[in-house]
Amino acid sequence: MDKAQRPNQLLRNLSAKIAAIPMILTASVVFAGGTVWTVVYSFTDSKLLPRERWVGFDQYERLWSTNRWLISIENLMIYGALSLIFSLVIGFVLAALLDQKIRFEDTFRTIFLYPFALSFIVTGLVWQWILNPEFGIQSIVRGLGWDSFTFDPLFNADIVIYGILIAGLWQGTGLIMVLMLAGLRGIDEDIWKAARVDGIPVWKTYGFIIIPMMRPVFITTLVLIAAGIVKLYDLVVAQTSGGPGIASEVPAKYVYDAMFTKQNLAQGFAGSTMMLLSVLIVLIPWAYLEFGGKKRV
Amino acid sequence: MSDSATTLPLSGPRGSKPRRMLSRRNIFIYGTLGLVAIYYALPLYVMIVTSLKGMPEIRLGNIFSPPVEITFQPWVKAWAEACTGLNCEGLSRGFWNSVRILVPSVTVSIVIASINGYALANWRFKGADVFFTILIFGAFIPYQVMLYPLVIILREIGLYGSLWGLVLVHTVFGMPILTLLFRNYFTSIPEELFKAARVDGAGFWGIYLRIMVPMSLPIFVVAIILQVTGIWNDFLFGVVYTRPENYPMTVQLNNIVNSVQGVKEYNVNMAATILTGLVPLAIYFFSGKLFVRGIAAGAVKG
Amino acid sequence: MRIRTMLLASAAFLVTGAAQATDLEVTHWWTSGGEAAAVAEFAKAFDATGNKWIDGAIAGSGGTARPIMISRITGGDPMGATQFNHGRQAEELVEAGLMQDLTEVAERENWAEVVHPKSLLDSCTFEGRIYCVPVNIHSWQWIWLSHKAYADAGVAVPTNWDEFVAAAPKLREAGKIPLAMGNQSWQSNGAFGVMLVALGGIDLWTKVNVDKDAEAAGGPEMAKVFQAAAQAREFSEGSNVQDWNQATNLVITGQAGAQIMGDWAQGEFQVAGQTAGEDYSCLPGLGVHEIISTGGDAFYFPKLDDAEKTAAQLELASVMLSKETQVAFNLKKGSLPVRGDVDLQAANDCMKKGLEILASGAILPDGNQVLSPDTLGQIDDLMVEFWKDTSITAEDAQARYAAIIADAD
Repeated sequence: MDKAQRPNQLLRNLSAKIAAIPMILTASVVFAGGTVWTVVYSFTDSKLLPRERWVGFDQYERLWSTNRWLISIENLMIYGALSLIFSLVIGFVLAALLDQKIRFEDTFRTIFLYPFALSFIVTGLVWQWILNPEFGIQSIVRGLGWDSFTFDPLFNADIVIYGILIAGLWQGTGLIMVLMLAGLRGIDEDIWKAARVDGIPVWKTYGFIIIPMMRPVFITTLVLIAAGIVKLYDLVVAQTSGGPGIASEVPAKYVYDAMFTKQNLAQGFAGSTMMLLSVLIVLIPWAYLEFGGKKRV
Repeated sequence: MSDSATTLPLSGPRGSKPRRMLSRRNIFIYGTLGLVAIYYALPLYVMIVTSLKGMPEIRLGNIFSPPVEITFQPWVKAWAEACTGLNCEGLSRGFWNSVRILVPSVTVSIVIASINGYALANWRFKGADVFFTILIFGAFIPYQVMLYPLVIILREIGLYGSLWGLVLVHTVFGMPILTLLFRNYFTSIPEELFKAARVDGAGFWGIYLRIMVPMSLPIFVVAIILQVTGIWNDFLFGVVYTRPENYPMTVQLNNIVNSVQGVKEYNVNMAATILTGLVPLAIYFFSGKLFVRGIAAGAVKG
Repeated sequence: MRIRTMLLASAAFLVTGAAQATDLEVTHWWTSGGEAAAVAEFAKAFDATGNKWIDGAIAGSGGTARPIMISRITGGDPMGATQFNHGRQAEELVEAGLMQDLTEVAERENWAEVVHPKSLLDSCTFEGRIYCVPVNIHSWQWIWLSHKAYADAGVAVPTNWDEFVAAAPKLREAGKIPLAMGNQSWQSNGAFGVMLVALGGIDLWTKVNVDKDAEAAGGPEMAKVFQAAAQAREFSEGSNVQDWNQATNLVITGQAGAQIMGDWAQGEFQVAGQTAGEDYSCLPGLGVHEIISTGGDAFYFPKLDDAEKTAAQLELASVMLSKETQVAFNLKKGSLPVRGDVDLQAANDCMKKGLEILASGAILPDGNQVLSPDTLGQIDDLMVEFWKDTSITAEDAQARYAAIIADAD
């Protein structure tokens, strides 16, 4: 969408600028301002209340020498990578299947989407039950005669993060599917016709024509999923409270607990600064590609 | 390549026309969907079944078995009797508060975000990309980190503790994703429509109201889904930025589900959960239809 | 338009019935049955003074309720009164001058004399002024034993820690978990603290927790406690539960032999219809050192501009400490009163044991009173990791523990 220079540029931009004031304020005051504030206070020894007693990088030293933080990072990486892949794949496949002029589309869509209506607290609670070895899936399968069947992800430190992943995917993929469906339906029928006329197999049409065309949808879903991953907190609290031990801790929980349970604001700020920094590392190249690329056209 | 070719955004379902019911293709499609549907539906089944059992039965039985003796007592208790401290009015106490928070928050946040997206997609001005990038960055900031800065901001502008302060908070935190959503959608609306309207003399608001909004029903529905769910289920903001007389329903839900001490009444928890989720669930049910209709309507226009 | 009407209607609804009295909003995290009944006693007593208690209950202590309380106070829209754990949680709010000075009431009503043990008031004192009202005593130092579990295993119910350790293998053979343990960090740390006092002795406890003596924390005395904890860790294997009360339930149903948990656990036994001495036993200080810690809850009163509300705050402070309220509140709460001069006839056996120990003076402060929330939180993290991950040896854990104590403030 190139906007050519026009004589009425100034006037036209004026109304757009006025309309964008809420966005400009939110971006600069709340997000940028709040982030700078957070970073600044991460160099203090603030406990319950923010105070300006500077301690340099002390908070960061402590952060990176804390076992719980390191485990949190590791968990987030595993969860993040798997959640990203599975959400996109499952979301897209379900959307593509629903897009085949099937019957009961409404019913299926509603079933896939309803978990999104439930809060993470509830999601965590329900899945905590289903995955509980005493009365959940394990006990059912054992009841069927397979006595050695073991499935206790929430109580096994090695696989607990996958137990959380199961619940997270259950809650979130429905929305991704809906967005993908909206994207698929946004593609011109003629493209399909042309592909069929040219004899291109369906999977190739999806892979090389449709998906590249759905780039905006993929960006939206990517941001949604990634933001959800970074903010992962409630689900872990409800499902395992970070356990067994500290095996399923995540960074957002570390930050929150540091700020409010340990009453060590600055330590929490140091943690969130690290989180925001890693987001920036991913985001800046993206912004460059997105906007820098446009200008060259 | 996406820019010039992605023209008509709205049309019907894809793929070849339906053929015989029992083709291999159909078996594969329905089989897959059916299996996945079981995974999605199972927890709801567990919730409903549990909410209809008495506590002794829950302690004994497995969570998948249907109730031997159906009781609606947990539902009654969750709605009207469960205590939050001294107030034993159950969830009913917070229901209207939640509605009072939901309606203005959803409306304001979607209106503002759609205008943002429109300005970004069709009226790009210098520096817009910078603010947009910061906004996207904002989507990744954990809410908890922003609690303090927001308390200070609200205190300085004098909205702390009021309902409008909470509306503002929801608008701010809904803005990144919603703006992205609208921007991407508006970008895919054919440029020709926009240019034609310009030739006809329509201005910024004229094009927004007469062309963009009517063409964007599906994306408004997605935005409503996102916001209704997020705001209705929000607990932290509702409780931090308002006073007890405005506490949303989730505060009661939290108090019922999260009580640290005392016996956990799982059946009441589950009933409370379903009751709290009814509003978003209902929205999904109706907006799902709207979603389809919106697409159909757009297809006719195209 | 309609929204406005609804707002007005509900506002009118809230105002009716409180025409004269001063409303005071009180936030707390007491939401379960017994807790709420106890709070109701406060509310009743306060309403009787002609004021009105506006209840602001928010479940979930640390993670949920406290950020809200602190935000409200720093946001300049504070409540009339708020609960904190008795100790150092509100320290900075007091230092920042955000809390109401209660010294006047305290002197008039001679709190220095009536509050027993005296150390409770120390935690409320800052630069000689008093800023909070302790309302109850909860002690951690208990082990709860299931008679059914021991009967099933064919051994006698232990009367001290050594007997408990000796009987543990028998329980395992009978397919039971010797020691039930929930998965939350505060439970692991609490149980460790109890073992530290009981097996290491009060001197060691004081050196480590009060004097923050890192050498003692890394020393041979402490090593014994860590060895015992590593043993207890084995006993707790297989208790796949989250919440403390789910762990208590394992003891109640006889699936587990015992649980180390604070005196609030007896509420669970009561609800299950069990009787102390018949169905379960409670041993203070693991039956080794009969001693109890004096943690609990306290109320703080944020400074308000409104003079009428300030008067009401002082009135509430006074009501909370009055004899009648103390008895009524603590009976419902299952905790011990903070006054030495009240009579608790209705108390049950375990509570009476606690009262006796309290009267004898065998007390020590609670972790919340001597350690900052930050230090406590770090120990919590270490302990929960240690209890659930058997690859961490007692020596490793002790070294990390000593490092935390060395940094403690």
